[in-house]
Amino acid sequence: MVKEVKTLKSFSQSAEKFEGSHLLCPGCGHGIIVREVLNAVDGPIVLGNSTGCLEVCSAVYPHTSWDVPWIHIGFENGSTAISGAESMYKALERKGKYKGQRPKFVAFGGDGASYDIGFQFISGCLERGHDMTYICLDNENYANTGGQRSGSTPMGASTSTTPAGKVSFGKKERKKDLPLIMAAHGIPYTAQIAPNKWKDMNKKIKTALDTEGPCFINALSPCPTEWRYHSSLAIEMTDLAVDCLIFPLFEIFNGHELKITYRPRNVLPVRDYLGVQKRFAHLFKKENEHIIEALQKDVDARWEYLQRREEAKV
Amino acid sequence: MASSYHLNGVEAWDGCTASAHALRQAQVDVVAAYPITPSTPIIQNYGSFKDNGYIDGEFVLVESEHAAMSACVGAAAAGGRVSTATSSQGFALMVEVLYQAAGMRLPIVLNVANRALASPLNIHCDHSDMYLGRDSGWISLCTCNPQEVYDFTLMAFRLAEHMGVRVPVMVHQDGFLSSHTVQNVRPLADHIAYKFVGDYVPVHPMFDFDKPVSYGAQAEEEWHFEHKAKLHHAIMESSSVLEDIFNDFAKLTGRQYNILETFDMEDAEVAIFALGTTWESAIVAAKKAREKGIKAGVVTTHLLRPFPFVALGEVFKKAKAVAIMDKSSPSGAMGALFNEIAASLYQVQGSRHPVLSNYIYGLGGRDLTQADLDHIFEELSQDAQKGALTHPTQQFIGLAGPKLSYF
Repeated sequence: MVKEVKTLKSFSQSAEKFEGSHLLCPGCGHGIIVREVLNAVDGPIVLGNSTGCLEVCSAVYPHTSWDVPWIHIGFENGSTAISGAESMYKALERKGKYKGQRPKFVAFGGDGASYDIGFQFISGCLERGHDMTYICLDNENYANTGGQRSGSTPMGASTSTTPAGKVSFGKKERKKDLPLIMAAHGIPYTAQIAPNKWKDMNKKIKTALDTEGPCFINALSPCPTEWRYHSSLAIEMTDLAVDCLIFPLFEIFNGHELKITYRPRNVLPVRDYLGVQKRFAHLFKKENEHIIEALQKDVDARWEYLQRREEAKV
Repeated sequence: MASSYHLNGVEAWDGCTASAHALRQAQVDVVAAYPITPSTPIIQNYGSFKDNGYIDGEFVLVESEHAAMSACVGAAAAGGRVSTATSSQGFALMVEVLYQAAGMRLPIVLNVANRALASPLNIHCDHSDMYLGRDSGWISLCTCNPQEVYDFTLMAFRLAEHMGVRVPVMVHQDGFLSSHTVQNVRPLADHIAYKFVGDYVPVHPMFDFDKPVSYGAQAEEEWHFEHKAKLHHAIMESSSVLEDIFNDFAKLTGRQYNILETFDMEDAEVAIFALGTTWESAIVAAKKAREKGIKAGVVTTHLLRPFPFVALGEVFKKAKAVAIMDKSSPSGAMGALFNEIAASLYQVQGSRHPVLSNYIYGLGGRDLTQADLDHIFEELSQDAQKGALTHPTQQFIGLAGPKLSYF
């Protein structure tokens, strides 16, 4: 019931379950990722959605973009709603009141709903062992409210609440390492995906949906409005993100078997990625250059760490 | 298939046990819960039923009350019977989701063992949490003792799931005073209780994959108002459904409930209105007052939402002085019930209404004594004789230190 996408043509075919008439910005990564999740499933699927760009752009009453059962409650609890639906499935199945095919249970949330306000809720769902997949659409800011900093915003980014100014280089703190925190729950499957690596993305979505138990996927979702790049360049943004290793692609089985799934042939410097987004433009001033160096150092250290973990199988 | 539980004709249950048995008998499909005093024994008992084979639904032990109600919403939207229980701070944490559950018209049943809200932290009974959820779009039922907790929890499922209602329902009981007080309760046999509640009939379930639904959409100014108006309409119309359920329940058990319960109101010149366990205490005081020649009566309601405006306006028509008891901090106003009942009387009787006074009592579990109630009836009697207030409108009863009174 989970489809394997083998060619770019089959990948590009529009999902009938997420209609084209959504209101997402041109050049936003969300639509590509969501469509790919729905493309990957043949059988029944139940979707939860935390408040955020995807939710407000896909279900404005009396319209809906969803041709699958979909629920939104609040900013923080899309994961828990899906855990409730999954529990209802178990109850009705046991009582003989549900006789159909076992649905796939998937929840989407942005980085605000995942790194910050909904963090506890996702952790609770993972700990309880529901058979569901949580997918974070990580655009590294509260885009739905106009680009404020989140726990996912990289150090140095200028956001509407951490604007670069005369005495500030933008956000002071590092990005929270959400996938590794989630993997530490010992869940069967954790992965990072990026829409430019579509085969890798499809394979990981398929793995998560076919895996029994809670799975977590962190999906890089470029944001033209707040990262400030031209809307035609979404895929280029993710190319640069994975090739400079600021967003490495990997998967973790059972919380400890880490596997790197993409190793760039030519690793690019982080400044190539930063240079094409206006949210980082101020870093190229002389007084802020040290932040680029610090980011590069972090990226190198994290890549080293991931490789060591892969070797050591821990 | 869950085993049925042998019950005696009379059981010694506290309110939490009564509530847990009602949930078990209703064969709830999903209970998602987080413990908080004094509602904790509800979910503890439920867990014990589950682990001994008396329940075949899912029991989801979540990480907070907010998550409990969030899971309940997801489960109810999927299409099955859903319930949880809470108190106080946990209730406060749930409030956001209470609005969302009501807006989605999901017939969830929530047992609330009422307790004060911090700070100062306090685990004992008052009605602050009950009032916090008044406007969340839930139907709110009030009970006075463990028997009523049991009966009303069964009836709550019937009411919430009624096709003309489909609104979530809360069943309130007084923390400790009812939740932990053991009394004789006459339960129904499992199969009779379940038959009374009936099978759950899903409406727009997420598990109907041929007709996919979107729950919790955004609706801006063109539609939000209409949704809220329809919810209000459904709540307003639900009291007649509740009356039918009361009558059906009476045929089954001989226990006839009414939206307003009255004691000696036929000729009462003075009356106390109070929610929860205070109703029973006030009856004792009214009997004593009658011995002293005061024509005393007592009124309570089983229905806080929809608020029985007209009936309350009518019930005090002959009274000359009425005390409205509020077991929550007024925090800068008249007590919440005082305001609502005053509005009812003005609506029904115009300006020729009885003399009204507002007694704030019992905050954080402070005992309301029979002496306090005797004193209130004395004051009301003086009001009735004079035809006007003989004391401030709002008074705090049983407060240590200097007296507090206003207006």
